[in-house]
Amino acid sequence: MPHDHNDSQAPGTISPSGHPYRPDDDRPLTYWQNMEIAVRELLVEKGYITALQIQNQIDTMDARSPTNGANVVARAWTDPEFKAALMNDAAQATRDMGFDIGPMHLIAVENSDMVHNVVVCTLCSCYPRNLLGLPPDWYKSRAYRSRAVIEPRKVLTEFGLVLSENVQVRVHDSTADMRYIVIPSQPEASKGLPVPDLVKWVTRDSMIGVGKAHAPT
Amino acid sequence: MKVRVHNNWPPGHVRTPGYLRGKTGEIERKIGLFSNPEQNAYRHAPEQRELLRVRFKMSEVWGANAENPNDVIEAEIYSHWLEAV
Amino acid sequence: MKDFFGKRWHDMGGDPAGSIDHNQHDFALWEKRVDALMVLSSAAGLMNTDSLRRVLEDMGTEAYETMTYYERWISSVSQNMIEFGAFNTTELAQKMAEVKSRGDTYGEAT
Repeated sequence: MPHDHNDSQAPGTISPSGHPYRPDDDRPLTYWQNMEIAVRELLVEKGYITALQIQNQIDTMDARSPTNGANVVARAWTDPEFKAALMNDAAQATRDMGFDIGPMHLIAVENSDMVHNVVVCTLCSCYPRNLLGLPPDWYKSRAYRSRAVIEPRKVLTEFGLVLSENVQVRVHDSTADMRYIVIPSQPEASKGLPVPDLVKWVTRDSMIGVGKAHAPT
Repeated sequence: MKVRVHNNWPPGHVRTPGYLRGKTGEIERKIGLFSNPEQNAYRHAPEQRELLRVRFKMSEVWGANAENPNDVIEAEIYSHWLEAV
Repeated sequence: MKDFFGKRWHDMGGDPAGSIDHNQHDFALWEKRVDALMVLSSAAGLMNTDSLRRVLEDMGTEAYETMTYYERWISSVSQNMIEFGAFNTTELAQKMAEVKSRGDTYGEAT
């Protein structure tokens, strides 16, 4: 049976984005991969979903990335009216910007000189995926989920972020129906730049609250 | 308004974190009505329950072990897990 | 089990744990398909976020430690489909045997 054998996906090699590949198409079929194929085909055969819907959903998720959130933050930095709308109802404000976030409920929380916000889900791995894409692996880890609520400052230092004792840390545990995006403080050096440049200062980590916005590297 | 989280430990699916049960906090905002996850999880037609964001001081949650007593935790808690204090 | 008072394994907030591992992996096609199956079967009313979580929680801490994220998800999605009645266990077993017979790799079997 023909299949695409790709030697560049051998174990231990690195993808174009700089991350190791997961076992994929040319590796031995696992029990759980077998189950994925079977469940998918049964649901299609029985008419609950279509193959086209699956491909479209994958394309939709692939198109979601931290860049979406960076555009929201950069606009909030520069457009007070939008910022007010975002703080009032972040889901509606991002939809009004043209982002398809599905049925997601979103709350924006803003960092300042006095307050630093950080987001976690201690019960599972809730994340604003319909805006920012799928969460990083560490966000789903036992270490982050367990420690972020009891020693957030220590956790933040492991991300290279040391906060003054005078700054209040607000940990947001995504326990139910809301998802959260942090609006990081705008760095002084970025003030006055046009929005397309500002977008590059906003990192994924700064929107989770484990980093700050910074000059593009 | 101050509220206390019920100190209940049912064995099934609930969305109230254990570390907040029995703890007292301040309502940060009311979010609206949402399906009760404790029914949704078992495919029982869910009732609509009020969902509230509650702010807890680290000192209330972790006592003397708090990393910084003035830091806070905010979480969404369904109304049937809360009582007014 | 020692001194169990009702806090379940997935309810991790405040538990002692190690340092943050910053390693990241790219998602494989089969993982993206699992994600899509969860979203689409939820939208079709066959399951919901809480029924996904309930099965994951009931799988226990050993599953969390030994299976990958999307391995646990497809297990939960499959369980949810059986509970809903989208297919039964006989149909699933037959389909999995048929899939397995197509070839030794994911690319051949899919």
